[in-house]
Amino acid sequence: MKIQVITVKNLVKKFGSFVANDNLNFEVFGGEIFGFLGANGAGKTTTIRILSGLSKPTSGEVKVAGFDAYRQTEQIKKNIGYMCQKFSLYEDLTVKENIILYGGIYGLTKSLIKERIAELLAKLRFQEYENRIIADLPLGLRQKLAFSVAVLHEPKIVFLDEPTGGVDPITRRQFWEMIYETAARGITLFVTTHYMDEAEYCDRISIMSEGKIVALDTPENLKKQYNTATIEEVFIKIARPGSLHPHPPVPFSQERRG
Amino acid sequence: MKRFLGFVKKEFLHIFRDYRTLFILFGIPAAQILIFGYAVSMDIKNAGVAILDLSHDEITQKLTDKIISSGFFKRTENLLHYNDIDNVFKKGKTKAVIIFEEGFGKRLYSEGKASLSIIADGSEPNVATLVTNYTIAIVNDFTMELAVPALNNSIRIQPEVKMFYNPNLKSHFMFVPGVITLILILICALMTSVTITREKEFGTMEVLLVSPLRPIQIILGKVIPYFILSFINVLLILALSWFVFGLPVKGSIILLLAECMLYILMSLTLGILISTVSKNMQQAIFISLIGLMLPTILLSGFIFPIENMPKVYDYVSMILPPRYFIVIIKNIMIKGTGLIYIWKETLILIVMTLFFIGLSVRKFKIRLE
Amino acid sequence: MQNVIESSGISKNFGTTKALNDISFSVNESEVFGFIGPDGAGKTTLFRIITTLMLPDEGEIKVLGMNCTTDYKELRKNIGYMPGRFSLYQDLTVEENLNFYATVFGTTVEENYELISDIYSHIEPFKKRLAGKLSGGMKQKLALSCALIHKPKLLVLDEPTTGVDAVSRSEFWDMLGKLRQHNITIIVSTPYMDEAMRCDKVALIQDGKILAIDAPQKIRDGFSRKLFTVKSVEKYKLINTLRKYPMTLTAYPFGDSVHVTFINDMVDNSLFDYLIKEGISDVVVQETKAGIEDRFLELMNKTE
Repeated sequence: MKIQVITVKNLVKKFGSFVANDNLNFEVFGGEIFGFLGANGAGKTTTIRILSGLSKPTSGEVKVAGFDAYRQTEQIKKNIGYMCQKFSLYEDLTVKENIILYGGIYGLTKSLIKERIAELLAKLRFQEYENRIIADLPLGLRQKLAFSVAVLHEPKIVFLDEPTGGVDPITRRQFWEMIYETAARGITLFVTTHYMDEAEYCDRISIMSEGKIVALDTPENLKKQYNTATIEEVFIKIARPGSLHPHPPVPFSQERRG
Repeated sequence: MKRFLGFVKKEFLHIFRDYRTLFILFGIPAAQILIFGYAVSMDIKNAGVAILDLSHDEITQKLTDKIISSGFFKRTENLLHYNDIDNVFKKGKTKAVIIFEEGFGKRLYSEGKASLSIIADGSEPNVATLVTNYTIAIVNDFTMELAVPALNNSIRIQPEVKMFYNPNLKSHFMFVPGVITLILILICALMTSVTITREKEFGTMEVLLVSPLRPIQIILGKVIPYFILSFINVLLILALSWFVFGLPVKGSIILLLAECMLYILMSLTLGILISTVSKNMQQAIFISLIGLMLPTILLSGFIFPIENMPKVYDYVSMILPPRYFIVIIKNIMIKGTGLIYIWKETLILIVMTLFFIGLSVRKFKIRLE
Repeated sequence: MQNVIESSGISKNFGTTKALNDISFSVNESEVFGFIGPDGAGKTTLFRIITTLMLPDEGEIKVLGMNCTTDYKELRKNIGYMPGRFSLYQDLTVEENLNFYATVFGTTVEENYELISDIYSHIEPFKKRLAGKLSGGMKQKLALSCALIHKPKLLVLDEPTTGVDAVSRSEFWDMLGKLRQHNITIIVSTPYMDEAMRCDKVALIQDGKILAIDAPQKIRDGFSRKLFTVKSVEKYKLINTLRKYPMTLTAYPFGDSVHVTFINDMVDNSLFDYLIKEGISDVVVQETKAGIEDRFLELMNKTE
């Protein structure tokens, strides 16, 4: 039995006369890696703000971690984590100070924070970096630490914004393995990205265009459905504004990996 | 040349598109002048004075009546001893004590002069200045009247002014020149330092560097628009202080404007220099505001007279351009002196300007670090 | 044919970090040359050296036949540069940005309109809009138009596709392809491996060193082993199990599958037996052709 951790029914969000989210419907399940894709300006950011309790829907039903997005935004915030590529950790604080800071923000007890620090440092083989400031860490390590901090308080859902953009291929794989491991523990990962190769790692993906969800399925099924080799090609076929009804297939002669 | 003009045009577009910059450029100086000017030009009405009449004669009686009936003052108390002065100030209602020396009337007739002391509450400098100035005016008026019937032109009443809490109070006219000095350097240095660091921060500087524009063109392109705007600003400030406060320009207005231009140019080049050493806008703003405002207010002679400072501060203030400009502007506006009396200060400002230009062109990096 | 860029043994240090370490390469005329590598690999530093914004500590570099240190004034006239963050004036309109860059380089928009028309036509309807109000894709097109407006011989694009959606990115690469016919040489950097295939030649760069330089096709062909994709619903378990299998050389997650190489370069029943024993029964194994990223991984492992 799959548990729904995000339920969105008929979600509409308007800014004046502009409809940013136009009747969205989807569910995300516990332990799922859900890719949330869309072109610039398709309305993704609006949806994520609503899902993370920063903004209220205009109409429709939204439940996150069992809490209502209209009235229980504070509880929602306690049950989610967030990591983006650009900012997460304070660069002028040490590894330890960052962990203590975020542990404190999410109300972890001192002894629990201590325990988590030891756990984390051991897991990431980070001991030697404990008292180094973030700015001195290699990029890959920073990224992994940022992720660990985002799940420090064992949230039900973690929002990841382009988590592995610009990271070297090896670190990238280590990072995805961390994500898989987290998902195996039952934490849901909600990934937004512009990079379709990141999308391929997800269990299911949705593609947004002009405020609507135009596709939602596993990467494999989507590729089959649109008869393409990669998600990128699927995306280009359907996410271009005004292309809700597929055009004749765009010739795409470039060879892709896979 | 076309390149350069294109650059200048772009700078103007930035300025006119940014209402906040325009506001800082014109709104703040006007507001500051009004605030400071208003603070120093407050009229006094019914200011409390206490009288310590040690003579009790006809003359002191008449003079007291004249002072009290002028409408500017009201009598709070009649004192009997010098010892009461301290108390009467502590009560707070009295702004000044007027003391007639013993045998005031007698001496005035016999020796042709007598002395009168005014002790004012220096904790409110502006009020104190006004009170003493008004009193002196009334006393002078009184002497004139007396002089005619006595047919003796040598009659003098010597008012001796003392400040009770703040003995070094200076003329209030120094405020407006001081504010002009402060505002011009702040606005000019801030504007130019921010405009260059902004290009660095947004990455547009990289492209400008990889273009045929020369460093001097970039620097001048940044300076010229702000020079023009700041000059308009000077005219605005001078007009305000003239029309609203009647602050005179006793000397040559041409000379004053020329000196202002020099000072603006110096401040703008200082701003460029600040931008070459700051990494981002925050730093530039910080250096311009904190680094210039406090020294200018504290050390340039704007509020505290340099002659009373410890020697160390005196030497420190020598590197501050505002110190020289305050002298220049006060000389021209208030004393009405010409270039012969301020050529030294002018020369120092010119040298500083050239130094800043030279240094910024040198420090302006044609490459990235 | 003259080489547009000729670099040998370039090194650059920032304090104790070696940003670039012995970089040598050459770029031919009218080529689209890609530098592919993660953030922090040294791409931006290298591009700043090429555009004369920085000087190398060691090594020699000639761009368009000119010396980057001494001839920088002449060289700067012939380079179109688009730095990592799109260098646009956010408070100027589309049109004003373009006009500004045209005048700075001593030309007019009309003079070279033909060169940019393909790109600029996409954003021309919004020419009165402030650059700060454009979408990522439109900003990218405007920045490219600005970099091209003086008809440079060499176009240097530092991470032009970062932060831009896949549709705009695909269009962008199409535009670069078309620029080739104008005899403009393009060097471009990207952290995204899949964009390598759009270049004529690529250099894989990591930690300030070049791992490989070749045509992208040849780089893929350089993969030294047979590569297999293994798929299962339980990906995480699959990776861990595959790593424990004695014949496995490498196993990396790759999109919805795992890319695996084996010591004996072949798959036999013992693999399936092993996986079933470990509780994974739904596996699908296929031989596949290595991509740029597979090759990059292989090269990284070799250097470590």
